[in-house]
Parts: sequence; C-alpha cells; structure tokens
Amino acid sequence: MTNNEVPQGGFAEAGADLELVGISKRFPGFTAIEELDLTIPAGSFFALLGPSGCGKTTTLRLIAGLEEPTTGRILIGGRDVTSTRAYQRPVNTVFQSYALFPHMTIIENVAFGLKRRGIKNADPLAHEALQLVELDHVANRKPAQLSGGQQQRVALARAVVNRPALLLLDEPLGALDLKLRRQMQIELKDIQSEVGLTFLHVTHDQEEAMTMADTVAVMNKGRIEQMGNPQELYELPHTAFVATFLGQSNLFTGEVTSSGSSSISVDVSGTTIDVRSDRAQRHRGRVTVGVRPEKVTLYDSAPKQSSDRNVVGPGRVTDVSFSGVSTQYEVTLPTHGVVTVFSQNTSITAMHHDGDEVWLSWDVGHTFGLADESYTAAGSRFQDDTDTSMIATQSREKLEAELGAD
Amino acid sequence: MRGFGKWAIWVYASMAFVFLLIPIVYTIVFSFNDARRTNILWRGFTFDNWLNVCDAQTVCQAFGNSILIGVVATVLATTLGTMIAIALVRYRFRFRNTTTLLIFLPMTTPEVVLGAGLAAQFLQVGVPKGLGTIIIAHTLFCLSFVVVTVRARVASIDPALEEAGRDLYGNPRQVFWRITFPMLLPGIVAAALLSFALSFDDFIITNFNRGAEVTFPSFVYTAAARGIPPEANVIASGVFFLAIALVLIAQLSAAARRRKLAATT
Amino acid sequence: MAFTAFSAQTSAAEPAAKRRSPIALFLLLPGILYLILFFVTPLISLVITSFQEPDPVRFGSFVNAFRWENYVIVLETYGEQSLRSAGFAALATLFALLIGFPLGYFIGITLRPYPLLQGLALVLVIAPFFISFLLRTLAWKQIFSDEGPIAGVLGALAILPPGQAITGTAFSVIFGLTYNFVPFMTLPIYATLASLDLRLLEAGNDLYGSPAVTFRTVTLPLSAAGVMSGTLLTFIPAAGDYINASREFLGSTDTTMIGNVIETNFLVLQNFPAAAALSLVLMAAILILVSLYVRRSGTEELL
Repeated sequence: MTNNEVPQGGFAEAGADLELVGISKRFPGFTAIEELDLTIPAGSFFALLGPSGCGKTTTLRLIAGLEEPTTGRILIGGRDVTSTRAYQRPVNTVFQSYALFPHMTIIENVAFGLKRRGIKNADPLAHEALQLVELDHVANRKPAQLSGGQQQRVALARAVVNRPALLLLDEPLGALDLKLRRQMQIELKDIQSEVGLTFLHVTHDQEEAMTMADTVAVMNKGRIEQMGNPQELYELPHTAFVATFLGQSNLFTGEVTSSGSSSISVDVSGTTIDVRSDRAQRHRGRVTVGVRPEKVTLYDSAPKQSSDRNVVGPGRVTDVSFSGVSTQYEVTLPTHGVVTVFSQNTSITAMHHDGDEVWLSWDVGHTFGLADESYTAAGSRFQDDTDTSMIATQSREKLEAELGAD
Repeated sequence: MRGFGKWAIWVYASMAFVFLLIPIVYTIVFSFNDARRTNILWRGFTFDNWLNVCDAQTVCQAFGNSILIGVVATVLATTLGTMIAIALVRYRFRFRNTTTLLIFLPMTTPEVVLGAGLAAQFLQVGVPKGLGTIIIAHTLFCLSFVVVTVRARVASIDPALEEAGRDLYGNPRQVFWRITFPMLLPGIVAAALLSFALSFDDFIITNFNRGAEVTFPSFVYTAAARGIPPEANVIASGVFFLAIALVLIAQLSAAARRRKLAATT
Repeated sequence: MAFTAFSAQTSAAEPAAKRRSPIALFLLLPGILYLILFFVTPLISLVITSFQEPDPVRFGSFVNAFRWENYVIVLETYGEQSLRSAGFAALATLFALLIGFPLGYFIGITLRPYPLLQGLALVLVIAPFFISFLLRTLAWKQIFSDEGPIAGVLGALAILPPGQAITGTAFSVIFGLTYNFVPFMTLPIYATLASLDLRLLEAGNDLYGSPAVTFRTVTLPLSAAGVMSGTLLTFIPAAGDYINASREFLGSTDTTMIGNVIETNFLVLQNFPAAAALSLVLMAAILILVSLYVRRSGTEELL
C-alpha cells in the first residue's frame, strides 16, 4: 500500500532543522504554551526540560502533529508543516508508554511505518533497526513478552527505522528503573551519534537532560526560561526557577548598593554580596543573587575579607549528612535563613559538626544574579505536584461548574 | 472471620451454585426421558429424543427461526452499536448527553413496555407482524448492550496506540483497520455473543411482535399449557452444551496463553 | 462488560483528546436513527394509544382521542397488581442480593488466587443464560409440583398443610424471580470486587479495622457500584416480568403482576389503550425510582 501523501523527500540521512515560530496552545480552561519560539539545529540532541505540566509534552505533540497549535507555525527543514497531519510529517515519536501495538509481533511493529510509506524492503530494514538495538532475536515475539527495557528499545527502533528528519522522545526512560535508565541514556546517545538524526528529548529529569543533550531548554509554565548547553545553564542560571530546578542553589535577595562596570554589590540583610556585572541579569533595584552549594567553603573562624570573595556569617550548622563522596551541611544564619553547602570528602579538611559556629565564603566569580526581583522559598514541606492532565481536569471542572452542566 | 468465615463462604457459595444448577440439570435429564407427549414424569431413559429431534417438526422450525433472527439481529445490532460506541468515546459532538440517555433508556425500560410500544406502532402504521418485526425488535434491545460492552473496550485502549499509528504514517483508514479494529475485536465478539444470547432467549418482546411466527421460546411458552415435548429439552440442552464448550475452550486457551507468556518472559 | 452498565463510567486511564469531526455524525447517525424510529416513536405511539377511545361504529377498534380517564380506570382496576409487582420485584431483588453478593465476593476475592477455578465458577454463574429461560422456570414448576420431591418432603414433615400447593403462590413466584435474576446481580458485583485491590483490605486491617469493620468501611463502599448496577438489572426486569407469575409457570390468578395484565390486555383482550396506559405507568414508575436511586447512590456512599 503506497501512501502518496507522505513526502518522501522529507526523509533524509541526516536530520533537519526544526523551527517553532510564535507557537501557542490553549486548551479549554488553560494555556499550555504561550508564544514559543524555538530553533533546533539539524543533527543536535536537544532536551526540553521542565516539571510536570510545564507544556513540554504539549510542545512535542504539536511538533508530531498530534495536536494543532492555536497560533504559530512549525517548520521542518524550512518547510511549513503546520497544516499537515501527523501521518504526513517526517517526524517520529518514541512514546512514554512505548505504545507498541500489542496485537503485532516485534518485527511487524518495527516495519509498520515503512510499510505505510510503501517502502519495498521494509522487513530487511526493520531487522537492521532491531540489530541496532540488539533485539533481532526477539523479532517474532509479541510486545507483552518483552521486559520494559526491551520494549523501550523496540519503540526506539520502530521510530529510528523511518529515518525521520526529527525524532521525538517523550520521557522515553521514565518507566525504567534507575540502573536501566543510566544504561539506556548511554545507548540512546550512542545511537543518536551513529544515525545522525535530530533528537528532541522531553524529560523532567534534569540529570538525564544534562548528561544526554547538547542543548537544554528549561521550560516553565508554557515558556522557555533559559536555553543553552548544560554547563552554561548550570553555572549561570538566569532565573530562580532554573537555578532551583536544575541542581540546587542558595539564593539571597537584597538591594543593589553600588553598580560598577565590572561588578555590582548587593546588600543582603546587612551583608554585602558582590556579583560580576556580566553574570548579573539586573543591575539595579531589588535583585536576587545566588551560589551553588559546592562552590561554598566553610570556616571555623571569620575568614579574611577580600575583594574577590563573598563572606557570610557567622551561622550554625544545623544538619550534617555524610554521603561518602561529599558531605552536605545545612547552615542556619540568623539573617539569611538556611544555606546548603556541599563539601567534597578530601580528608584534608576537618568535618564540621551539628551546632558548630561557621562562616561561609565563596569566589565572587561563582555568584550569579537572577532576573527575578525576589525569591521566596517554597513554604510547605512538600512541593505541589500537578501534572498536565490534573490541571486540565481541574480547570475543566471549574469551567463546567461556572457554565452549569453541559 | 478467620477460620469460620473462610469455611462458611465456601459452603454458602457451593449451595448457591447448586441452586443455580438444579433446573439446568433437570432440563438436561428430562431430555433423555422416554416421554411421548408430555414430559412431566420420568418414564425411563432413552436416546430417541436426541436422535430424532426433528420428529417434533414445530420445535425444529421454531429453533431455525430463532437462529435466523438471532444472527440477523446480532449483525445489525453489533454494527450499529460498535459505531456508536466509537463515536461516544472518541469524538465530541452536540447533544452528547441526550444521545447517551437515548442509548441507556431502552435498558431501563421493562421488556413489556418495549414490546407493547413496538406492537402499538406496528399496529398504527399497519405493518404486518412477522420475522421482520421480530428482528427489528431484537436489534433494538441488543443495540444498547452492544454499545455498553464495546464502549468499555474502546475506553480501555491506550490513545497513544492510535497516535503511534498516525505518527508512523498510517492514514486514518489504515489506523482504524490495522490498529483500532483488531484491538476492539475481543469487545465486538463479546458484544455479538451477548446479543445472540439475548435474542435467542427472548420471549416477552418477541411475543408482542411475532404475529403467527414461532420462535423457540414462544414455542415453549405455548406448549407449556399442554406439556412440553422432550425434543424442546434436547434443543435447549444441545445449545447449552455448545455454549458451555465454547466458553470452556476460551477459558482454557486463555489460561494456556497466560502460562506460555509467563514461560517466555 | 455490559453487566456493569449502570455503574459509574468505566475508568479510562486518561480521557483521550476528543475531537469534533464529521466522522462522528457518520458513526452515530444510523444507530441514532434506528433508536428514534424503533424506540422513541413507539413510545409516542404508546402515548397516543393510551388516550384512545373505543370506536363507536366498529366494535373492537379504537380511534384517537384524549381520553385521560383511561389512566384512572387502569389504576383503579389494576392497582393491586401494580403494587404486587413492586413488592414481588423488591423482595426478589433483596433475595438476589443476599445470594449474589456472597457469590460475587466468593468468586472475585476468595477464588482470586486460583484463576482457573475462578473462571469455572464464573461459567457456572452464567450457565443459566445458556439454557432456555422458560424451560428453567418450568423445571422449578415440576420440582415444586404436588407430585414433586419438595412437596412430598414438606407434606410428610407436616410443614405444608394438606391441599396446599407450593406453585401458584407468592412464594413460588418470588422464588422464580429470584432464581432468574441472581446472575444479573452476581456478575456486576463480581466485576467490581474482582478489580478491588486486596492491599486495601490489608491496609484496613493494618489500621486496626477488624475484619467486620474493614468489610463495612472498605469492601462494601468499594463494591457499591456493582451492587447498584445489579439491583437495577434485577429490579427492572423483575417488575415487568410476566413469565414467573403466569398460570402456566409458577403463578396463579392470585399472583398476577402488571406484566401479565399488560400482556392480557394487549394480546388477548385487545384493549390496546389500557395496555398502553399501564405500560406508560410502569415505565414512569421505574424511571422515577431509577433516577432517585442513581442520584442517591451516585453522590453518597451506599448505606
């Protein structure tokens, strides 16, 4: 069965650029994505990172053609595909639930896309794809007879075999246990460099995003907060959300007291914290600055003041947790609240103990200034966990209550 | 409830099973009764009734009618009902609640009312009663049951499977016939079997709309006054054995599949 | 399964994105037209018929009119039978629940560790469906007949007074109704209990609930949907049934139910307006009961 509607030309040996222009998506009752612009260069491994309900899965579904955007355009390799249907796009998805067809064998699953496109040697190609994921020996089994990790690899083979211009991965490792997940992360990365396709990976696991992707975009509430290579994102977060979602951060809010060409000084409850100007998003008014816990050093006595170091203290150690490689301290300061410090276990520095009086110090160059005016730590002990479907249900219920029964 | 409760529920359940099975056993036993006309008292064992079922011609004819009506009504109800079930789960449309109500109402309507209503309509329009009117009536009450059965199946299919089909270059028609339909098939088969069973055993609605036609249940009803020929028991028992065999085969093959699955993983 | 028809919406993992499409119309139209043609218009026919009056010229036929007195007449004439139907159906539902709940519990929970046995038990419950409804009922008639074993034993023990038959009494009719609808009660209850997570019962016990308390506070509320569905699936057909109560089966002239009256008026006396009026009364009564019941148990927990 030949499917003439599928553009054969869209399938390349290498990936193609993906461009989202002014995309937004509104569902009844809430907005999933607002005015999103995004370009993903061909051949890259791009990760869309964010908490549940941030709009990342919706973005993926828009690109796949499973949802229609409310506004905006989607371009693949420069061609506008906004109005084409899912089956007409040179895009394939590895679904979160794998979505392997339970009534077909593994080889039938993998050959499905090729056969729909009327490709002659579908079966040999499918076997080749199964060899790539080292599962050719189970070609004649049904999906239910495979383990979770094997099903995941079949789902990957079923997508990769089509050589799509763009491969979408929707939390593909979410259902696997930690050990298997680490192993699959490496395999995925290998396969990506082997086949040279553009990968768009959606995940809420920051470690996964950072280890696998060339470029990470952190998404929150339907917007991209910051985008860049993993190291850049980690070392220089632009917003409080990125600073706390991607790793841990100690954040302080205060007024800018002086603003020079090379650095600005912020007064935080009487202590001055300096930030390099090029590492600060805002240079006046009320600002939030921060530092990563592993950049902070603890001292038993007040360290010498120096222009290239920020010093805060004294405070008291209120919690010590030893994890072998490093020790995590929580230091409570009367003026600055709780600060977290990671100290590497070098056996040279002495351990600090609960109740010890300590001073904190870090390199001015490690301080970052955020775009947020102020930051208040989450007040409750447990974080809200609201995923997309729950938000959708809640807002639908609210809407229905407003409008009366349907 | 520890020891005693466990023990008591086995006893109680066993008694309930005996209660359910008594009339079945009775009916089967009396299919072997050497009864001539009235099959009330036990007169001795014989295979004659089984060997010469169609000697009682009217029984066989009634049975044939019931099969014909059952098959046609099942095909109609299953087709219409499956279409509605898919639409209910997969699409948004206006008057959705009205539609759902329209589908559920026949199930909450007593059979006498359904039967009398159709009969009154056929009377007013002037349609002569016969096999056709029986089929119309049976399709009507099977339809709702098909919708409910198939709808549950549609709702249990992971929508991602159809999305995967679309993602893998299947156009809507291919996605339906290669993914949706094969996955719905067990539900459709269950609905069809249920329809056939309902139709085959229906008496009340049939009685209002059959005119001079005789189905198997209506034959039994009419004959009840003067005595049921043992051939009726033969047919009922035969159908029973066939149905039980089908169900048991399905059960056992499911168990075998479970074992095989467990062995390969 | 259709037997859970009346329980709350089956829990789909996640509501799939529903879209508007002309395909929906194509899928719905034939079935909906069928229902309008053969369900809605017959109901309208019934309404029209129920107000008809006898043709003054041609004896035995009726002409359209607005003779609302028909309703008053049937209710006066057949009030006793109507009340009896409600009473018989309610008792049969209660007895079916007393048999069906433990049976559903047994198959769904006690037999859960033995899947093959569970499957067989389920086959036993649906077995009555596979053999003619009428023949099964007749079998009870023979078993209860004056010459049958039960009457013999009860007569010998002097429990049954001489000259008193078992068949043709309220007892035999309710017995027959109960028998016929036990599977309809058992299956939905089984269906809800079969999907009950046993860890919930363990949690109940862990949180200091005695078996009885756990049953009352965990098992029972969680099987409410099945009980509701089973109750409706039993009560509705039982209220309209006329096989069990008919003279040729387990009843007598003393046990006539509304179904018998409708049948006789329609098919024997050919008094169509009376049959139509009674049908509508029955349907209205059931609809009111069902909607009250669904509303009550839909929002609150059963019990």
